[in-house]
Amino acid sequence: MADTFDRVKKIIIDRLGVEEEKVVMEASFKEDLGADSLDVVELVMELEDEFDMEISDEDAEKISTVGEVVKYIESRQ
Amino acid sequence: MKRRVVITGVGVISSLGNDAAVFWNNLLEGKSGIDKITSFDVSDYPTQIAGEVKDFNPEAYMDKKEVRRTDRFAQFALAASKMALQNAKLEITPEIAPRVGVYIGSGIGGLATWEDQHTVLMEKGPRRVSPFFIPMMIANMAAGLVSIETGAKGPTSSAMTACATGTNAIGDAFKLIQYGKADVMITGGAEATIRPMAIAGFCSAKAMSTRNDEPQKASRPFDRDRDGFVMSEGAGVLVLEEYEHAVKRGATIIAEVIGYGLSGDAHHITAPPENGEGAARCMQDALHDAEIRPEDVGYINAHGTSTDIGDIAETRAIKTVFGDHAYKLAVSSTKSMTGHLLGATGGVEAIATAFALRDQILPPTINLDNPDPECDLDYVPNKARRADVKVAISNTFGFGGHNATIVLKRFEA
Repeated sequence: MADTFDRVKKIIIDRLGVEEEKVVMEASFKEDLGADSLDVVELVMELEDEFDMEISDEDAEKISTVGEVVKYIESRQ
Repeated sequence: MKRRVVITGVGVISSLGNDAAVFWNNLLEGKSGIDKITSFDVSDYPTQIAGEVKDFNPEAYMDKKEVRRTDRFAQFALAASKMALQNAKLEITPEIAPRVGVYIGSGIGGLATWEDQHTVLMEKGPRRVSPFFIPMMIANMAAGLVSIETGAKGPTSSAMTACATGTNAIGDAFKLIQYGKADVMITGGAEATIRPMAIAGFCSAKAMSTRNDEPQKASRPFDRDRDGFVMSEGAGVLVLEEYEHAVKRGATIIAEVIGYGLSGDAHHITAPPENGEGAARCMQDALHDAEIRPEDVGYINAHGTSTDIGDIAETRAIKTVFGDHAYKLAVSSTKSMTGHLLGATGGVEAIATAFALRDQILPPTINLDNPDPECDLDYVPNKARRADVKVAISNTFGFGGHNATIVLKRFEA
């Protein structure tokens, strides 16, 4: 879990240009991290590459917080 | 009724400095901004020189996240626009925002983005092409980004007429203020195409100098030994303002814009007609728009790209328009120093022309060692000089046969 979170966090910091302390499990991509719909698409691509998996559009649409992403990835590993 | 339009701020990103005052000083000192290309390996390219922008830090003008979502040409546009607004001491308040517009063009747009994402497409497939590819690549995004980042909510548009782009943008923006659609326009051009595809393409078109051993001598408009243009990058942005609007807020006026001319060659995709017929009609249209006589013009900032046909055609066009007066006025090509900024060239050259009128000094044409016998005008060879000039014009001509000229006047209240 910690490892997945760290890897997700690194991508979020890099892509969204946000402060490290803002990237917590409860943080919402749109509300707390300032991501727009294009950012989310790009993030999903990055995560697919990083974790070598495919995230369907339907699944991606359901994810709104950092914690949900981490859980989703963990459940698929 | 036509309203008066004045220039109250300028911003420059160029190979001769990322600051309008530094840029102007370098022009007056006859310095060249051309050097070996450093941004990629050019060993396989016939042309290996260009006017690269050095020490540009986009994060000084936008936040880090936005830097990743924008192409270099749009970053140049934003940097030049912010400097121009600062220079104009103009704050875009919510009250004036709907009357402040943006009209910035680019000849090509986000070429770096194109190249990078095409590589992604080839190597990783369509599902990996960035969602930012389109908004980063489209050439109107310079204007879009400047509007978003400055809060200017008036007319927001873009010109795309190859190397005439910057002048078309400024001319159109001038008209928008003149006829009351806006009170202030942030306008000019931006370009960032020192990239493999553009260098290769222009090389194949045999348009660029291959004087790789002497970069600073490669751009030599009107000289017998010229062998093509030298590409450069950057942005030139002006704040145009309705005269009363500028006076009311106590703005410093750099020069006045009094005319705009346009024409089409209807001739060839890359070459002008040898007699410069389209360019001549363009200048005539500009003088007519400004309601002045040819004899009123004291200085021409030429398109003068250092190509074989182009420099001769422009010289002939000037003679057609000005007759005997062609030999009395001064002509110079600042591209001899800056290189050719393509869609941004009209922006930086309008600024050079405005400064020439303000300071009553003409920037030179450097590298003019042996004038082409067909080019027999006064091109202000090699050294800047003082001159009493009331009206000046700036010419730009683009692939496709787009011709654009603006007329500037020394400011008098």
